[in-house]
This record gives sequence, structure tokens and C-alpha cells, in this order.
Amino acid sequence: MRHDHVLTAKQFSRGDIEAVLDRAADFDGPTGDTRHTDSVLGLLFFEPSTRTKMSFETAIKRLGGDTIDMGSVDSSSVTKGESLADTVRVIEGYADALVLRHPKQGAAKMASEFVDVPVINAGDGAGHHPTQTLLDLYTIRENAALDDLTIGIMGDLKYGRTVHSLAQALTNFETTQHFVSPESLALPPEVRYDLDEAGASVEEHTDLEPVLPDLDVLYVTRIQRERFPDENEYRAVASEYGIDRAMLDEAKADLSIMHPLPRVDEIDPAIDDTPHAAYFEQAHNGVPVRMALLDSLL
Amino acid sequence: MTDTNSAADHQLRVGKIRNGTVIDHVTGGQALTVLAILGIDGSSGEEISVGMNVPSDRIGRKDIVKVEGRELSQEEVDVLSLIAPDATINIVREYDVAEKHRVERPSAVVGVLSCPNANCITTENEPVDSRFAVLGDGVRCTYCGTLIREEFADHIEVE
Repeated sequence: MRHDHVLTAKQFSRGDIEAVLDRAADFDGPTGDTRHTDSVLGLLFFEPSTRTKMSFETAIKRLGGDTIDMGSVDSSSVTKGESLADTVRVIEGYADALVLRHPKQGAAKMASEFVDVPVINAGDGAGHHPTQTLLDLYTIRENAALDDLTIGIMGDLKYGRTVHSLAQALTNFETTQHFVSPESLALPPEVRYDLDEAGASVEEHTDLEPVLPDLDVLYVTRIQRERFPDENEYRAVASEYGIDRAMLDEAKADLSIMHPLPRVDEIDPAIDDTPHAAYFEQAHNGVPVRMALLDSLL
Repeated sequence: MTDTNSAADHQLRVGKIRNGTVIDHVTGGQALTVLAILGIDGSSGEEISVGMNVPSDRIGRKDIVKVEGRELSQEEVDVLSLIAPDATINIVREYDVAEKHRVERPSAVVGVLSCPNANCITTENEPVDSRFAVLGDGVRCTYCGTLIREEFADHIEVE
């Protein structure tokens, strides 16, 4: 893949995805590869992040490169009122590519219009998270397959950026997507529009039970407390959209359960030691996949 | 009776204008939205004539809006096209039609509509104009992807 910027999963073709995943497989293990010793990656995280940020740091260091980090928003010039457009133009002078996490939707798209170095969207509000999608697809390919796939995606589908990106990317493959959520957290119209435009096979549900036996992959996301004004309402919904070990009796023996993490209560820890659990492997895959992506961009 | 004659009759019914714009073939019932897009509510003493739901051979029922002393900008015409895709714009100078053209749907409208998504980066204090791609049945924010399919006038930025 050769794109100047990585902004949404919608820009990925099947060929783009397969190229990155194939290359990631080469990086999955000790490589001793230092092909990007002169590369500096600028990390601009306007929101807290653990996995995404650390996996990007690890990825560039395993390629021989280094990072510069603007640090927390509280300690940056953002507190002085500097615009995002100015921030990225300044850091562009220091780094060969920018990794941007920002609470506003469209932030990476806007940033890309102000700089010449590649901008990688590491999450923009409730918008997109395309590099998470690449590692999700890598994990799915390792555990199941990307074609003839029946995938359930459950939880906060409205605000879940990982869901939006994954759903769009899956339209490149022969998949049936079952979306399971409370009505208040169903897919936003713009994501549904893209899926319909792409001719995707999509079904929406409010209950997992009827579709669970058909699934090859169940992708679970966290329902966020702050989306509910009432704590009791949150608890009622959150407990309904989780999975426990007993429910797996109804599932295929080779069902893979995934989660972008962090999880709270939505996956019973008793599942961790079963062959169904793919979420820690999924987090691990962030490094080789991001190595592959950076290698193609730098 | 031809549509042109019909339009002429209706224009005569509400009187000719000396200088300004006649917006003809507006979708029936949309004239007030057109005025909203133009930011005209009568409070500034503008001279406005409106014909609503008059017969039209071309589009069945149409509205006509005449605005004295004002020529539409391209940005205004762009947005007009979203709610009145069949409209024709007549620029009148000294009682004569100096220019006549139909609105065309642009591929994008820039700096005209504000994004209704409060979490969109364009609602922040950033040096970018709003930008919407024009779809078959609405518009879509180029930055956050939000769709607007109706009530365009509620999102107009044009003064």
C-alpha cells in the first residue's frame, strides 16, 4: 500500500489490506530489522491511549526509528489555545510521519490538509480508527478467514470508531455482518450509508442470542458509561451486551471472540483461557501490523 | 399555455422588478426556505415578491421568488440547488433579464453549511471552511461524514 495519509478504512482496497497483512506476517516475530533508522514518528495524542500509542512506539523502534511525543494535552501548547492546524504544521518540521489521536471527528482529515508528511489517524472521536482495523483483520485472518465469514459486532456501535472502520473494511470481503446493540447505540446513518453503498450483507439486531450460533467471529466493544445520563440505565444495558462462558454452549466450537480493549464487564474473564479468546492476541498484533504500515509509508 | 408564458404571467401578477433576482421554478412550497437561505426575513425592509404553488408545465407546481436590489452569489446558488434543483435564476437589470441560468448541483458546497455534528473538527476554531459533498439525496460532511438530507436551511452559514 502506498498512501500519503491513512485517514479512514474506507480508503482501503482489498489489495491494500492484503499487502499490509502479508507484510505484517513477515514482521510477526523477532526481525532485527533496522531499515528505518533515520525515521522519526511524531506522536500527537490529544486523548489518553495505552495500546495504540505504545504499539506505534514499539513498531517504529523495532524498525530502527524513534519517536517524538507532544506529551499530554495539559503539558502542551494546546493549553495556550494553539489550533490543531498549527500544531501539526510545527511537528511536521520534526517528524517523518504523524500519528494523531484526537477527540474531534475529522481531525486527521483536516490535519492531512496542512502537512506534507503522512498523517495516520489513530482515532478521531467517534469517527474512525483504521489502524485498529488492520490489526483486527490480521487477527481475523489468523483465526478464521476474511471471506465466507459471518461476523457479529456487538456493543456501542454508534460511538465505536473501531466498529465503523472494521465494518467499512469488511465490505472488501465476502462477509455477512450482524450488528447487535441497543437501539440507542445502533450504527450511525453515515456508516450504514457506506455499507449500503458498498452492497454489504448487513443485519441489525437488539439481541445476540438468535445469531450467536451462526458466528465465526464475535467482535465485542465496550458500552461507555458516559453515554448514559442514568447509572442504572447504563448497568442494565451493559450487562445485556456481554458474553459469558455459559453462552458459548450455543456457539460454534471455533468461534473467535475479539475486543479492541480495554474491556470492563462485557467479556467474562472465564473465557480468557478458552480457545475462543482472541483479544490479547489481537492486541499483540498491533505491533507487526503497525510495523508493516509504517514500513509502507516511510 | 407554455411554462414560459405562465411564468411571465405570474411575474406580471406580482409586478416587475427593476434590479435584482427572480428565482423561478422553485419546488412548490419551498419559497420560504429559499428566503431563509438568502437570509431574508423582511426585517431589513427588502422588497420581496413570492408566488407559491402556481401551475408549471415543467414541474407541476412551482414557487417564484423575486428579490429587488440583490443578485445571488454563486455560493447562494449552490445551496439553492439542494432544495430547488429545477430552479432558474434570472438576474434583472433595468427591468430586463440580463442573465438567465438554471442552477446546477455542484459536487461540493464549501463554507455554506455548518456541520450539525457538534463533535466535528469544523465546529472548532480551526482555519478550515466547512465542506460538504453533494450526494443524490443530500449532502455529507467531508470531514466527519455526517449526512444532511433535509432541513438544509437550518444549517446555512451564508449571510
